[in-house]
Amino acid sequence: MGAYVLRRLMYGVGVVLGVLFLLFLLFFTVTAPDDIARKALGEKAPAEVIEQWKANHGYDRPLWPWQDLDDNLLFDHYRKMLTFDFGLSDADDAPIMERIKQGMGPSLSLTVPLLILGLIAAIPLSLLVAFFRETYIDRMGVFLCVLAMSVSSLLYIIGAQYLIGKILRWYPISGFDADPMMLPRFLALPVMVGILSGIGGDVRFYRTVFLEESTRDFVRTARAKGASEARIMTAHVLRNALIPILTRVVLAIPFLFTGSILLEAFFGIPGLGSITVDAIHANDFSTLRTMVYIGSLLFIVGQLATDLSYGLVDPRVRFE
Amino acid sequence: MMSIEPYVASNLMTLGLLLGIWGATRWVQARRIWREAARDLWSRRRLAIVFAGLYVTIGLLDSVSWKGGVPEGMTDVLPNAPLSVIDRAFLGTKEASYSAPFAAVEFSGGAPLKYPGSHVLGTDILGRDVLYMSLKGARVALLIGGVTSLIAIPLALLFGVGAGYFGGRFDDFVFFLISTLASMPGLLLLIALIMVLGKGTFAVCVALGITSWVGFCRLSRAETLKLRELDYVQAARALGVSEIRIIFRHILPNLAHLIVITFVLMFSGLVLSEAVLSWLGIGVDGSWGQMIDGARNELSRDPIIWWNIAAAGSALFGLILAVNSVGDAIRDVLDPRTLKGGS
Repeated sequence: MGAYVLRRLMYGVGVVLGVLFLLFLLFFTVTAPDDIARKALGEKAPAEVIEQWKANHGYDRPLWPWQDLDDNLLFDHYRKMLTFDFGLSDADDAPIMERIKQGMGPSLSLTVPLLILGLIAAIPLSLLVAFFRETYIDRMGVFLCVLAMSVSSLLYIIGAQYLIGKILRWYPISGFDADPMMLPRFLALPVMVGILSGIGGDVRFYRTVFLEESTRDFVRTARAKGASEARIMTAHVLRNALIPILTRVVLAIPFLFTGSILLEAFFGIPGLGSITVDAIHANDFSTLRTMVYIGSLLFIVGQLATDLSYGLVDPRVRFE
Repeated sequence: MMSIEPYVASNLMTLGLLLGIWGATRWVQARRIWREAARDLWSRRRLAIVFAGLYVTIGLLDSVSWKGGVPEGMTDVLPNAPLSVIDRAFLGTKEASYSAPFAAVEFSGGAPLKYPGSHVLGTDILGRDVLYMSLKGARVALLIGGVTSLIAIPLALLFGVGAGYFGGRFDDFVFFLISTLASMPGLLLLIALIMVLGKGTFAVCVALGITSWVGFCRLSRAETLKLRELDYVQAARALGVSEIRIIFRHILPNLAHLIVITFVLMFSGLVLSEAVLSWLGIGVDGSWGQMIDGARNELSRDPIIWWNIAAAGSALFGLILAVNSVGDAIRDVLDPRTLKGGS
């Protein structure tokens, strides 16, 4: 077991290093520091201004270790990212770490209710559809899921803002207020839209999971013993389906922290998704690569935790 | 290569595509299992297939273009610009600004229109016919889905089948590459790639391709691992058949159903991703996503301008729904797991 944990940890570290290398390739070699400087300063900026900007932002060094072993951007990139020293934004010189700390709260206040309410909506619905399998209700449910999945999330957002925000005036169209009394009013619309745009795929996924469980032998045994269909669905099928459902939920947890880019930008929630969108519009490469890194890191840690907990519970799990 | 004008290249590509469709039809006709699957699919999803075919036809009509033939005194187009069939059908429909559907006067101001009552879906802010723009979006959407799949699926097969078949160091490398790419958040990686590669149709397709090949690579690797242990593959190897021939004769044909399923299921996701990219300002010119993005602020006007977003939104929705619905049926028809599962 100890050897397994060690190997899995080593692999996780390897993947983090791999992600950092891909980021370096993207943000330092494909887009050279000269390009970043020119995007920040404008195409016509004189050469000495560009040099000065590069010096200020720490880009004025050779890229690779074989050019200068002590002072190169590759090692610097690794050292800074691994020690969470993200430096300053390329666009407005604000410290990136501060911004991330400020954005985490609003992002979580959107994504946590979204995940929980989404589960509360999707699981009973998919259980219902699976209960009525191979009837018109099932076919209708699957058709509605495909229908819901075929609408672009942009249209869900714009439609909800227009209908509920502008015509019916139930909730504000966009905005954010950290005051706990006001917060639900601002979050109602984005959470609603988020659930709606995800529910088609979710219900279809959970339906498949439930259907797989309901062909198992223990379900037949329960039915033979005279258990009611409702009891079979809840006590036998749902219970056993909890493992794949939990896996999906656990793997979604890392993404709670990075927020939702679309929802935050449209509804004016100052979370990490908004920071990313602002960085795109401002050509802020240092913030963007930090956001990709943090997202990847959270995902890798989440996966590591899932795998290790499986390893603890299930002795058959062996690392390939 | 440098002397070929873009419109000629587009015509040649259309010809190639038509030949490809003809060849694929022949290929399916010649094989009993595929022929029966195609017939089964047709009987399950007639409407969706016809609908998807309509989009493809519009896209093809917009891909064939030639120069000349513009009537005298037409100021909307450059005199020597190549125009497609769709362009020609809507020649001389340009107004000065917004017009409501079937309106006779301009939306704001009430000046008489040049072509009153001819705009079935109205016009946009530059006076372009919305029906025309929506039809032209079909080609863009098909191009995004098609070109990206042409990048992503061969890439995934190369690495997936190679890793699964040869194993060893190459497998370790591919597995590491996949887990690295899979751990980077999709949309963020996509945005970063486009920021780095620059804008334009091809850059967007390459970026979408890089972010979407991983899933199928993992699937084809796992499938190849299973296939290479089968008796007939072992027998072929014992008979001294070359590795390349085993892969092409015995492995790839057994992945064909997965390729078809993946292509169709991937397609709609790609077109939807492009809509999000358009909203971020890094999409493809002329796409439905750009139309939606350009029109969304007009909803706050009073009286509102709804026809732009409605047309682009329904065009996008129609294509995705048709493809998703066909994809669902294809999976049921071709995937052996759902057959024996009896779900």
